[in-house]
Parts: sequence; structure tokens; C-alpha cells
Amino acid sequence: MPVWLTETEYRILSAACERMIPASEAGPGAVAAGVPDYIDGLLGAFHFDPPRIWAGGPTSGRYGGEAGFARFHALSSLDELAWRMRIEGSCGLPEREFNGPVVGLQERYRTGLAELGTDYPDLDPDEQTARLRSMTEFADLLYGHVCEGMYGAPEYGGNRDGSAWRAIGFDGDVQPRGWTDAEVSRP
Amino acid sequence: MTVDAVIVGSGPGGATAADVLTAAGWSVTIVEKGRNHLLDPDDPTKPAFDYSNDEIKFVNRHFLGPDPLVEPRTFRTHEDDGERTFVGEVNSVPTTVGGGGTHADGKVPRFQPDDFRLLSLLGPQPDADVADWPVDYDELEPYYAEVERAIGVAGTAGANPFAGPRSGPFPMPSGAPMFGATISAAAAERLGYHPYPAPTAANSVPYDGRPACNNCGFCAYFGCPIHAKGDPIAMLMRAMATGRAELLSETFVPRVRFEGSRATGVDVIGPDGVERFIGARYVIVAAGAIETPRLLLLSGVEHPLVGRYLMTHFQTIAAGSMPFRTYGERGRAVTHLHDDMIVGDDASRAAAAAAGLPWIRGGLVEHGGGGLPIMEAKHLPWGEYHPSLMADSPIRGHIWAFIMQGEDLPYPGNRVDLDPTVKDARGFPVARITYRPGRHELVASEHYAPRLEAILSEMGADWTAGTSSPGKGNASSPEAIPESRHNMGTVRMGTDPATSVVDAYGRMHQADNVVIADSSVFVTSTGYGPTLTLATLAARAAHHLV
Repeated sequence: MPVWLTETEYRILSAACERMIPASEAGPGAVAAGVPDYIDGLLGAFHFDPPRIWAGGPTSGRYGGEAGFARFHALSSLDELAWRMRIEGSCGLPEREFNGPVVGLQERYRTGLAELGTDYPDLDPDEQTARLRSMTEFADLLYGHVCEGMYGAPEYGGNRDGSAWRAIGFDGDVQPRGWTDAEVSRP
Repeated sequence: MTVDAVIVGSGPGGATAADVLTAAGWSVTIVEKGRNHLLDPDDPTKPAFDYSNDEIKFVNRHFLGPDPLVEPRTFRTHEDDGERTFVGEVNSVPTTVGGGGTHADGKVPRFQPDDFRLLSLLGPQPDADVADWPVDYDELEPYYAEVERAIGVAGTAGANPFAGPRSGPFPMPSGAPMFGATISAAAAERLGYHPYPAPTAANSVPYDGRPACNNCGFCAYFGCPIHAKGDPIAMLMRAMATGRAELLSETFVPRVRFEGSRATGVDVIGPDGVERFIGARYVIVAAGAIETPRLLLLSGVEHPLVGRYLMTHFQTIAAGSMPFRTYGERGRAVTHLHDDMIVGDDASRAAAAAAGLPWIRGGLVEHGGGGLPIMEAKHLPWGEYHPSLMADSPIRGHIWAFIMQGEDLPYPGNRVDLDPTVKDARGFPVARITYRPGRHELVASEHYAPRLEAILSEMGADWTAGTSSPGKGNASSPEAIPESRHNMGTVRMGTDPATSVVDAYGRMHQADNVVIADSSVFVTSTGYGPTLTLATLAARAAHHLV
């Protein structure tokens, strides 16, 4: 069950993400890596307490230490204002419109996915690519988030089990191990 | 209640002032508008552990602030552009406890002796107001040494032939050189340059109760998860440990209050939104070279030079694709520098003459690698070829790059003022940046860019490319906004109240219990990062008070 998107929107989003980063010999595609969940999790960040904006520190546990990334940071009231403006938009609320109306990510995704269309998941890959390319602004927005979901820390919902990092030979968050001087200077 | 000093801003300048003043027995209140992710909220003499190797949090989601939706700035290249061409993130250094020190990769070179007397040595430049500083290297040297010990700097004395004299060794030896830097430094040497291990405020051995850096690679743009970077946590913890410092985070200062030619304190707005007054014998403003003039202007300070002479660094960037993996994701982001392009030679003098300029100066050159995977992915195309491109890793895995932090001259038209309409979430006018490079910066960049690419070719690059920031496109493109976060020069120091706002100790000519303790006071930008020198000036100013 998606957190914020409808089931239909989630299917359209998944197809578009997979078109941007398809499964290959190198590794998983965007869907297997959980990228749609990353984006749905961002759009629905305020369904969680604390909101899923900033993972905690100092370690994830992948190289030792505790699983601190799993504890998300509480937001201050100013942080919450900023992230609600970014995600939900200003919604006509005067406290969010001190510099005029703000269109939020939720509205941009709802509009963009509707424009891709309910038939989008059933198109053949070339048609999917062409339709996505015809929507430059939405494709740019989506691709930024696809990159974050694919190659960011797994605690945000994408890069499932670090699978995308393994595919590109990236070791991820290496604290508290770090690298030895020899690994830095003479790898 | 009146404290001895209220300090606006908790970055390297404010933290250094707090350290010196509390050690001398003063009571201080440090006011920081950002959040505290640096010190343990239950025991601020100890670090917090909120930082992490997390690209989303630090690069994509503004964890260290400011969030441009609630604290925007505006930008234009010149008043002919109209009121502004952009609203959002402009030259932002972190808005958080620790300020810009938290996200920097901690390269902290000193300035050279010549940097303090460019007008005397080289003469004026058209359109710019080049001037000598009212202090010189010899006066600053003991304070440079003090600040290097306070924050913990690793380096190799004598390795840089252009460096000024030192009264002692670095507090720590240099840390591990990055693999790519060993190759770029050797190539630079073969071409006659003089690379050296970057003086770095990251521990190479355990120091001052904090551990040695373990080379995790998440350095520039990231807070240090283990606090091997000492700037400015070392000074803040020490100040808090005296029991004479109070830290108010998430607290905004909308104005300094004056009575006649004296400041009486500051108004503050805390996280509860309530405004109150903090009385102080001295007001120390260390909010950075953009927020400091904004505060002075919000406070009604009248001096025609407040906000003028904004300098960043004109960045000339050269990148080369290497046929081997560069391992730029391991180590301290940048471990080698060279200064030859600050000093100049017969070729740079000929280039200046050919352009009709009296002289040109480049800047410090940083030897560095190619970044992290989200950044790389965003630079590569989506679609069928994306997975194999990412696996080959042309940027993160194979790029080696130089950034020259080119000296940027003080032009009166480059400035910070209050935007006439755009506000922050608290309802106060935001800083508007008006900035464009002058001919000096463009000529110096054109001269040095091919020389940087030649070093990359000498390393064995398959191809090289160059660019700059600001870019050379039109005024309304996003590339017109400088990438540099080395903001300097908006509250100039000098001896004459007509041509400067503060004196050689950072005291405002028109209200001498207001001390500016950040890079706002810089007279020229030099080709070096500003952090060590601004902290050194803050230390000197604070010692002068007590």
C-alpha cells in the first residue's frame, strides 16, 4: 500500500521510474530498488512521526555501530513549515504565503502522473520513453528524485538493501570503519 | 540582565570570540538562528552525534540549513537587471550551530604576507577599490598560531614555498594523501608548480579529546560524524565548559539596539516566536558576510559602505577523465593545494598587459575528486544506458579536478542590501545579492584555465574540460549565481571612517562596542579560503577587548 499516492498513481510512477533506470545486467532497476517507495515516502513524509525527512546519525550499522539512520530527526517548527510548503504547497494559508503561493510536490506529482495517463504502464517501453521525454519539466523533477531514491541511503525507502550501491561499486556510508590510510593513498 | 557580550552567530568567527572572551572571565550569550545539531543538548560541553554519511540529508535536503523556502535570498548581477532575477538559495553557508565550519572540508591555509598590502605592492585596478589592510601578517601571526592550535590543524611546515613565516610547526602532521592527489601533485611538480599537503582542520591523530579522521570521504558539505573536524566545535565546547557561555539556538536577531553611539544589546526572537531584549556591554556580530550586513541594515545602521564590496571567489574549474580509478570518495575531499597561480609569473604579467590590466592574480588550486553517486547520477542521462554508465562511473570513479579559488576584487557595485519585497518566514526583508565578476576575474580565469587542464593532461587524462562559476552566460541564467561559499568583504575594515566601516580590531567606527568578527571585514579576498583568517581576526579582536 502506498503511503500517499493512489494505487493507480503508484503504478504509473513505477513504470516511469523503471523507464529512467531499467533493470539490467549491472543490477536492479528502479522498481526492484524501491525508488517508487522513496518518492511516495517523501510525498507522505508527514504520515510518520517524526516525519521522514532526515535520517539520524551517526552510523547506519552497515559497517558496525548502531542503526542510527533508522531514527528520523524531529523537526523544529520552522523545519516543519519549510517541508510542508515544499511537499503540500502553500494551500492558501497566509503563514505559508509570505512570498506568494507555493506549488507543492504533491500537486506536481498528481498532475504529472495524471498527464502520463492511466494507460502509461501498459505502453511499450519506447512509447513510455517518448511520453516521458515530452514532459520535460515533470521528467526533470522525477529524475532528481529517482537518483536520490536509487543511490541514497536505504532508510529513505529506495536502494533496497544497498543493491544499487553494490551495482555501481559504491561502498556507501562507511562510518565508523572509514578507510585506512593505505586504502586512501594506495588503493 | 546584562551580559558582557552577546555574540550573533556560532560559526568559526563567533565561536572563536566566545572561546577567547569566556577564557578571560566574560559572560557571553551566543545567539544562533539555526538548529543545534553540533552539541549535546543535555550537556553542551560534549558533541552531538546527528551527522552522518548521508548524501540525501546533507546535499539534497538542507539538513544544515538554511532552507531556501523559509530563509531565501535574492540575486541579480547588476541594478540594470531590475529588482531581482532569482529567489532561493544564493551563496548559502550553513545556518546551524557551528555555521560554515560544519560543512567545510576544513582546508585552512593562512594568507600570505603580500595579501595584506596589494595596493602598495601592485597598485590600483580600474573599477575596483583595492586597498591595503590595516593589519599585516606579522601582527596576525601569533593569532594564526593560536587559532591553528584551537581548532587543530594538520599540515607540513615548509612544504609550501609561498607561505609566510611560522612561529612553530603545525599542531599535527598532515593526514593521508588521497590517491588521485598523489598523482596530480606529481604531475604539477613535473610542470614546475609547487603542490603541498593542504593545511586541514581534520585531526590526523587524536587531538583535544576528539578522534583522528578515519577518511570516510563524506567531508565537503557534510558534518563530521566523529567530530574529527575541530572547527568550530572545539571552541564552542571549550566556551561552554567555562560555565560562562549560554547558547540560544533557533533564535533570530532582527536588530541591534543603539542609544546614540553605543549599542545596548540585541532583540531576539526565539523558537516560541516571542521577541525579547538581551542587554550587553558589547555586541559581536559574526553572522557571515551576507547576514552580517543584513543585520546592520535591519538595525538602521547608516554608512554608505555597509554591504558594499561583496567578494566570493571566482572559481575556475578544470576536470579530466582519467584512464584509472581516482578513488575521490576516500579521504578528506582535498588533500593537496598549490599557490603558484596566486603568485604569478612572467606569463601572467604578459596576459595582464595584453588585456590592458595592471596585474592579475588567480587563486589557490585545490586538487580533488569527483563526488558521490546521487550527484553523479543527476549528471548522467536517464534511460537505457544509465545502468552501465553508472557502473563505469565516469565522474565519481574517473574524474580528477582542479578548482582555482580566484581572487575576486572589491567592486563597490557588488553588494548586499535588503530586498524591497521578498521576506523570510519571520517577516523580515531578506538579503539581496548584486554581483558580477569584473574584467580582472575573467582575464585571470582565461589565463589559468588551460594551464590547469595541462596538468590534468600530464596526469594522463583521456580528455579535459574547463568551466567557471559564475559562468560566462547571460545575467538571468542560474549560472550567473556564484557557486563559491567564500563570502567576504561587506563591512570593510580600515583606518578612515569615510572609506571603511570598522577599524583594525573589527570595531564599528560609529559605535565602538559593536565588533564585527567574520569575513565581512576583509579588505581584499585573496586567493585563499577565508575561514582561518576570519577566526584569526576574531581572536585578535576578542583579545583586544579583554
